[in-house]
Amino acid sequence: MATQHSRSAARLMMAPAVVLLLGWMLVPLTLTLFFSFKKYLPMRGDSLERGLDWVGFDNYVRFLGSSSFWPSVQATLVIVGGVLAITVILGIFLALLLDQPFWGQGIVRILVIAPFFVMPTVSALVWKNMFMDPINGILAHLWRFFGAEPVSWLSDASVQSIILIVSWQWLPFATLILLTAIQSLDSEQLEAAEMDGAPPVKRFFYIILPHLGRAITIVILIQTIFLLSIFAEIFVTTGGAFGTRTLTYLIFQRVIDSQNIGLGSAGGVYAIILANIVAIFLMRIVGKNLDQ
Amino acid sequence: MGRIVLEKVKKSFGDVTVIPPLDLEINDGEFVVFVGPSGCGKSTLLRLIAGLEDVSGGKIEIDGNDATFIPPAKRGLAMVFQSYALYPHMTVRKNIAFPLRMAKLDQAEIDRRVNNAAEVLNLSDYIDRRPGQLSGGQRQRVAIGRAIVREPAAFLFDEPLSNLDAALRVGMRLEISELHKRLKTTMIYVTHDQVEAMTMADKIVVLRAGNIEQVGSPLELYRAPKNLFVAGFIGSPKMNFIEGEEAAKHGAHTIGIRPEHIEVSGDKGAWSGVVGVSEHLGSDTFFHIHETGLAETITVRADGEVDFKHGDRIHLTPREDVIHKFDANGLRIE
Ligand SMILES: Nc1ncnc2c1ncn2[C@@H]1O[C@H](COP(=O)(O)OP(=O)(O)OP(=O)(O)O)[C@@H](O)[C@H]1O
Ligand SMILES: [Mg+2]
Repeated sequence: MATQHSRSAARLMMAPAVVLLLGWMLVPLTLTLFFSFKKYLPMRGDSLERGLDWVGFDNYVRFLGSSSFWPSVQATLVIVGGVLAITVILGIFLALLLDQPFWGQGIVRILVIAPFFVMPTVSALVWKNMFMDPINGILAHLWRFFGAEPVSWLSDASVQSIILIVSWQWLPFATLILLTAIQSLDSEQLEAAEMDGAPPVKRFFYIILPHLGRAITIVILIQTIFLLSIFAEIFVTTGGAFGTRTLTYLIFQRVIDSQNIGLGSAGGVYAIILANIVAIFLMRIVGKNLDQ
Repeated sequence: MGRIVLEKVKKSFGDVTVIPPLDLEINDGEFVVFVGPSGCGKSTLLRLIAGLEDVSGGKIEIDGNDATFIPPAKRGLAMVFQSYALYPHMTVRKNIAFPLRMAKLDQAEIDRRVNNAAEVLNLSDYIDRRPGQLSGGQRQRVAIGRAIVREPAAFLFDEPLSNLDAALRVGMRLEISELHKRLKTTMIYVTHDQVEAMTMADKIVVLRAGNIEQVGSPLELYRAPKNLFVAGFIGSPKMNFIEGEEAAKHGAHTIGIRPEHIEVSGDKGAWSGVVGVSEHLGSDTFFHIHETGLAETITVRADGEVDFKHGDRIHLTPREDVIHKFDANGLRIE
C-alpha cells in the first residue's frame, strides 16, 4: 500500500462499500433525527401523509425528564459492565484451561462455542424456564435439596439474572478470541520468564496478561457494541420490570407500548450519544493497546 | 562456579528416544559448543540442562549438587533463546531488570546491575525502547544482557546467532567470545554452524542422533576425528573420502583428505582429474575435480592466484602425513 497507484486503486475499490455503509447508516439516522423533532402519535391519528407537527426539543425534554430515564441508563451500564467483567475474567480463565493439553480437547472446544449458536430468545427462555423458574427450575430444586428457600431469580435478582444469561451467551466469544491469543504467545517467552525466576502467577501477570491486552481490547469493544442494544433477553424474561429496563428497552416501550414515535426517536438519539460516550471512554482506557 | 556433570542422562518423547543415555562433563569456565546436524537433539540436551524438560533417566549435577529435579529458576543458569524471547511490552531496561525484580533485589542494586550490563553491551542508547523498535543484533544483545545481570553459574545459548545476517553474526561471535574471556563463566553454546563451533569453543561436543560422537578441542577434532561422521562434519569445505584401491594402499577401508591438504599442479601429481566448478573466494579458490577415478568429486583448496578453467585436466598430490584412515566401521585407524 505504498505507491500512489496502489493507494488510489485501494480507494476506488473501497468506494462501493463505503457508499453502501454510509447509506445504510445515514438513512435511519436522518429519519430518527427527523422524527425526534416531530409530534408523531399514530394512534392519535398522526401520519406522514397528513404531515407532522414540529415540536422542537419537546421530545428530548420529555424523554430526559421522565422518571425512568436515569434508571434506564444506569441499568444499561450495570448490565454491560457486569457482562464485560464476567466474560473477560472467566474467558481468560477458560482460555487458559483450554490451552492445556487434555484428552478430548477438540470436542470440549466445540462444546464451549455452542452457547454462541443459540438464539438469544431461545437461550433466555431456556434459562427462564429450565433454570430460574422458582417452582420447577433446576436451581430451585438445587436450593431445596440443600434445604434453602428457592429464589425467584427474575424478580428478586433480576439484573443479576440478566447479566448471567447474557454472560452465558457471550462467554464463548470471549473465550475463543482469548484462546487464539494465548495460542499465539511464543512459548519461549514463558520459558524465558520461568528461567528468570517468575512463578506461574507472575508469569500470568507479567507475560500472558500483557500479551492478551490487544485481544481483551477487541473483546471489550465488540461486546460493548452488541451489549448496549440487548433486547430479546429482557423482553422474554422480565419484560423490562424489576429494574431491568435498559435504554434500548425504554425506547422500545415508548415507541411500541406508548405508540409515541417522536419520543422514542429522541430516546434513540440519546442512545447514540450514550454509545459514543461509552466508546470514547473505552478507547481512552483500552484503545491504546491497539496501536502497539 | 559452573561445573556441570551429566550422568547417563536420557530423554524420550513418548516412544521416541531422542537422547540415549549420555555422559558429559563441563568444567567451570569452559566454553562448550554442541554441534550436530538438525534434529540431533542439541536443543533438547540444552533444555534438559536448563530444566525446561524433565529427564527420562539419569542425573544432572551442577557444582556438585544433584540438580536433576530442581526447577529451572533455582539452577542458577541463564539461557539465551534463538528467538531472543524478549518481553515485547517491556522496555529494554525492564527486560533486563526482570530476573532481578523476580529475585526481589532492591532497586538500587537492580539499577546498578542493569546500567552496568547496558554499558558492557552498548545498550545505553536505546535502554528505554521496546524490543519491537530494535534491530536483530540489538535484540540479541538485550537477551544477553538479561542473562548476564543474573550473574549465573553458566550461560546456555541456543543458536543465538542464526537469525542474524552474516556480517552481524561475525561481530556477535566476537562479542560473545569477548564476554566469555571477561566473565570467565561457563558457557554452553548450541549451533549447527561449524565455523562458530571452531572459532568459539574450548571444547566441542559433536552430536549425532543424541549420541556424543566425539568431545575435544577444536584442533583435536580437526586433526584427529574419531570417525567418519566427525571427520565429515568438522572442517569446511568437507573432507574428501576415498574408498577402494587407493584406500587399500594405505591399509584402510576409507581414507580422508582435507581440501587444504592437497597440492594442485598443472603438469604432475599422484592423481589427476578434470576441473568442474571453481569457487573463487579471493584469498582461496576451491576447485571441484571430477573424473579422478577415486570419488565422484574431490574438492581441493588452492591459492587465490591459481587459475584453472572448467574442463582443464589437472594433477593432485595429497600430503601423506595428514591422510586420515578409517576402517570398515568408519572408525579411525591410528
Ligand atoms: N516436544 C517434543 N515432542 C516430540 N519430539 C520432540 C520434541 N522436541 C523435540 N523433539 C524431537 O527431538 C529431536 C531433537 O530435537 P532438537 O530440537 O533437540 O534438535 P536440534 O538438534 O536442536 O535441531 P536444530 O538444529 O534443527 O535446532 C527431533 O527429532 C525432534 O523431532
Ligand atoms: Mg535446536
